[in-house]
Formats: sequence, structure tokens, C-alpha cells
Amino acid sequence: MGDMTLEQVTENYYDVLKELGNIGAGNAMTALSQMLQCKVDMKVPQVKLLEFSAVGELMGGEEQIMVGVFLGVEGDITGSMMFMVEEESARHLIQKITMGMLPPGTEFEEMGLSAMKEVGNIITGAYLNSLSTMTNLKIFPTPPALTVDMAGAILSVPAIQFGILGDKILLIQSQFYDEVELDGYFILIPDLESYAKILTALGLPVV
Amino acid sequence: MSEIIKVGMADLKTCVSPNGVTTLGLGSCVGIAIRDPVTKIGGLAHVMLPDSTAIKNGQLSIPKFADTGIVELVKQMEKLGAKRSRMVAKIAGGATMFSFQGGSSALGQVGQRNVEATKAKLKELKIPILAEDTGKNYGRTVIFYPETGDFHIRAVGMSESII
Repeated sequence: MGDMTLEQVTENYYDVLKELGNIGAGNAMTALSQMLQCKVDMKVPQVKLLEFSAVGELMGGEEQIMVGVFLGVEGDITGSMMFMVEEESARHLIQKITMGMLPPGTEFEEMGLSAMKEVGNIITGAYLNSLSTMTNLKIFPTPPALTVDMAGAILSVPAIQFGILGDKILLIQSQFYDEVELDGYFILIPDLESYAKILTALGLPVV
Repeated sequence: MSEIIKVGMADLKTCVSPNGVTTLGLGSCVGIAIRDPVTKIGGLAHVMLPDSTAIKNGQLSIPKFADTGIVELVKQMEKLGAKRSRMVAKIAGGATMFSFQGGSSALGQVGQRNVEATKAKLKELKIPILAEDTGKNYGRTVIFYPETGDFHIRAVGMSESII
């Protein structure tokens, strides 16, 4: 335990992590749909293990402006988690939540940002809840922090965390749509020893 | 026709004037641009972490760390004919992308630590830092031209600056 590399984790338990991602993202979408009071459909999320350089490209380039919500994870497992969504998609979500009080094309106002933080909070909370239920581990999110910036710059934060372990980043891409199609990205960043804890809790042998 | 060579995250590239080097969306990572003003050979490293010696397991990626990345960039530039004694540097990045209530976690300080490790390594190699745009809380895209030594910096919602 503790000597696993991310490569080993993902080679052996890719399917498990994929399933966790799937259920977590599903719950997150349900929470989002309740919040928006409309139906939100979701495609099967894709779990990807990518080179750092490929992550920015997936999101439409390193300079694509995105909204990132980042929070710490505490309890039986430790680490952090991030939810990212394109600026345009975030604007659409804020529009719905604030019932049109943010005119299209305007800068994110303080209210828009706090609404977005709330969305991030609910989505990531639902995601972590399902992880907690499946593993029977206590998982608490810390209050989220939010930023609007270039994809590459936001991604540097989880990439650095993953960078301690290897050269790749584990990312869950979920496409969801109500009236428009939105691309959201979840990045769960457990500390290395927490990977082992998650897998043990799921009854899987640890290398 | 001059070309702008792209440097990815945890990557480094050299170039010769009139070509330039760029890296997009630097966050907590640091971009280190080095130039030999005589030969107009330059290079850019995009480092993610301060210290390679702190990593115990896994294979080592040289460009990922400030300590090993800078040494490698200098070595590659020397191979092209640049002289270490003439080299000068400019650095950017090392932002704190997320600020949390109630303080500075280890994660929040990684940008700062990257900048410190970069400065320490450059000092050790006796490469002076002519200019820097580091810290704060936003991402930066940088372009470096070894012809003039101009280091262009772009950030969201701000006009481009040259240091």
C-alpha cells in the first residue's frame, strides 16, 4: 500500500474507477436537474487517462475559457476534486438558475459566480455522496473555490497533483444537455493512499 | 518565415531566431525563458513541480521539475551553440489559481514554491533573471522571441504585456 503508481491503479482498476465515475456523474446530473427543475439528460460518461498535453486539447485548447470549481476532500479519504465547464455552458446554467438575471454577453457578476459556485457545490457533493455510499467511507467536501480562466491554467492545479504520481491525469468527461449540450468534466484527485482505501472498501485486492 | 514552437505542460523546447517558443495557459506552473543574446538561441521550459528529489516512485520526467528541467534546457541550448556565461532568463507563471477561505494549503503554495525553486536553480547556474511576472491568481500564455528577448504575456481580460 502506498507504493502504487497511478499507472498500476488504472491498469488494474480502470473499470472500477469508470463505474464510480459513471454513478457519481449520474447522481450529479440528477442533483443538477432538481436544481434547474428541468430534465437533464446525460450520455454515458467517458473515463479517460490522458497525457497532460492531451487534456487541454480535449477541452478545446489550453486557452479555452472555462469555469473551474475546486474543493478539497476530507474524511476517510483525502484529496481534492474539480468540476470544469466551458464558459458558455456555465453562462447558460447561471442564466437558468438566476432566471435570466444575467444578460447574455455580460461579464460574470458576483451573483453569477456565486450561483456557479453553488452549482459546483451541488454537482461535486452529489458525486462524492455516491462514492461515499458505494465505499462506506466518510467523505466530506470542503467549501469550494471558483475561478474563470484558461483551461490550461485551471488544469495545472489537478495536473500538479497527478504530476507527483505520474505523467497522466484521470478525467471523467460527462456530456449533459437540457436545451443545449454542455460538456462537464470531473476530476477526482485522491491522494495515493486513498486509492488503495477506495479499492479495499470496494472489496478489491490492492497490489 | 518564422515559426512559433509550442511547448506543452511538463515540456521544454529550444529555438533559434527568428523562431519563437510559446506555452499556453500557464497556471501554477512556471515558464522559464532563456536566451543567449549573441547566438540568439533561446528556449522555454514549462515546469510543474519544484523538486525532482522529492519524488520517490515512478519514472522521472526531466522537464516536469524546476531543478531538472532548467538544467536540461541549458544543456540543449549549449548543444546548439549557446554559451552558459551569456545566458539570461525571464520567468512567468506560478499563480495561485484557487484561493480558499481560511488559509494557504500546501496545494495553494505550489505556484510560489515553483517560482522559488526556479530562482534558486537559475542562481545556482549563474543565469540572471532580467524580468518576471509571477504569482497572483490568474493564468498566463507566454511567447518568447530569442531575437529580441521579448517575453509576451497574455491573460484573460487583460491587455498583452511585454517584459
